[in-house]
Amino acid sequence: MDWQALKVSLYLAGLTAVVLTPIGILTARKLAWSQFPGRNLVQALIALPLILPPTVLGFYLLVILGGHSIIGRLYEDMAGNSLVFSFEGILVASILFNVPFAVQPIQRGFESIPVNVREAAWCSGLSTWQTFWKIELPLAWPGVVSAAILTVAHTLGEFGVVLMVGGNLTGETRTIAIAIYDRVQAFDNASAATMSAVLLVVSFSAITLIYFLTDRLGKQRVW
Amino acid sequence: MSGSHIYIELKQTHPIPLDVSLDCGPAEILVIVGPSGSGKTTILRSVSGLYTPETGYVCCNGAQWLDTGAKINLPAQQRRIGMVFQHYALFPHKTALQNIMLPLTRVNGGQKQFIAENLLNTMNMEGLGDRYPHQLSGGQQQRVALARALARDPEVLLLDEPFSAVDQQTRRKLTRELVSLRRHFSLPVIHVTHDLNEARRIADKICIIHHGKTLQIDSPDQVMNYPHDADVANLVGHYNIFTGAILRHDHDTKETHIKWNEHSLKTRYRPELEPQTEIDWVIPSENIILHRHDKPSQGERENPVKGRIDEFIPLGETTSITIAVDPGHLVYMSVSTHVARRNNLAEGGDITVSLLAEGIHLMKKPTHKRD
Repeated sequence: MDWQALKVSLYLAGLTAVVLTPIGILTARKLAWSQFPGRNLVQALIALPLILPPTVLGFYLLVILGGHSIIGRLYEDMAGNSLVFSFEGILVASILFNVPFAVQPIQRGFESIPVNVREAAWCSGLSTWQTFWKIELPLAWPGVVSAAILTVAHTLGEFGVVLMVGGNLTGETRTIAIAIYDRVQAFDNASAATMSAVLLVVSFSAITLIYFLTDRLGKQRVW
Repeated sequence: MSGSHIYIELKQTHPIPLDVSLDCGPAEILVIVGPSGSGKTTILRSVSGLYTPETGYVCCNGAQWLDTGAKINLPAQQRRIGMVFQHYALFPHKTALQNIMLPLTRVNGGQKQFIAENLLNTMNMEGLGDRYPHQLSGGQQQRVALARALARDPEVLLLDEPFSAVDQQTRRKLTRELVSLRRHFSLPVIHVTHDLNEARRIADKICIIHHGKTLQIDSPDQVMNYPHDADVANLVGHYNIFTGAILRHDHDTKETHIKWNEHSLKTRYRPELEPQTEIDWVIPSENIILHRHDKPSQGERENPVKGRIDEFIPLGETTSITIAVDPGHLVYMSVSTHVARRNNLAEGGDITVSLLAEGIHLMKKPTHKRD
């Protein structure tokens, strides 16, 4: 069992969810209720990581974030180390790769709120901000929780993108999924089995939790 | 809550045509009636600030809420309105009491609960404050929605088909409560419905609207018995609407005579209508009386009309009868089923009725064509 890899994985998953959830809320709310030119294009872009092979995304990230790119050089000048093959690098990759998991459930959550309920809030004198905090966010909450859990679970299991962008550096970019691959390559099936079991349990629990939460919260609705 | 007054003027051609001018005083219930798609809800939304018409003017208690000419358009939050939505739109994650407390943004904590509980009690909802909307019946949800609308201390109460989602019995009870409530709160109430019976039961003034246009604003009695034109007569549910022409006025007997097909009919005295003028006329079916074989009555000499029974539908106590008078002209009436039986009325049989002169209302033809 590679405890350091598990730590990297959990750290990566937690940070990804923390960064992505607020972004997901704002993006999802906009997509749920606003019609703007290019809306479908934005939605397609958000959904893209769902069908794109992780290696493709990883490849482009290598190109964009690598030492030969503007972003890569800028980062290297400021931070003193390269963005690729670092924890920060796989964090960026993980955030981008998880966008659909963070945005889509929250968008469904906002879309399920009838427009009349929001109008009722405005007619009750609540400002846009008050309506967001007191009405919209609590009602979209199951979606927000689902998004966060999905993001965490999906990051824990992510392999291709992390390998492409981060490589396999102990304590820095070697996540538990990569450690499993690493152990199998080294014919250490016992370690691989333990870690696989851990990932299996975590993933299954996460998905189950989502179903329980959405079911329980969904029962309050009158529409 | 002092008596407030609201003036509304809206005009637009697209996407929903609107051409209305309304006003509503303190403790007055103005009911806007029209078929679905006639623009009723759009009027309410324009008043509440949820919709902005092309041109419009809404003034409540001297405060301008909307004046498109002067580029004034307050958002819903700044208009003191109480709005009840068609399906109530309660906040499902909040209890009844919390729903009512939410609009009380300018009241401090302890007061909030006190006011909300008072409102809940006014609505006969004691002890139900802790329930969530999904734990309440339709009628109870409606009461919470009304209490929430009143919590904001509004200057006008706007009701969008508030009784459409409850059963008939609850509806009657709620309408009665609403009528007594307006005395309590002394607000102008604008109520939208497609149900004419509901409108007649609660309205001080009825506004008949069609394709976004005000056709008539009057008391329920006026609208029913003295419709402005054939469109209104049709919308308020009259069946017997016909076209005729003025023959002459009899100034001594105070009667007007009209020509209808080959018949000459006596009607209510309307000397302002020039002879030869084409008019529409309407007769409510209660003013049509059957000539009975068993019991001839006084009114039979008045406007007798012969015909053939085209349709004969017994509906329990009464029977609905359609009479073909002249080719293509159907007159609808209803008689007691036992009278129909005693007079051997049946489909295809002959029948003679009298059209009571006092029941015939003459209407000017619309000056411009309406679609």
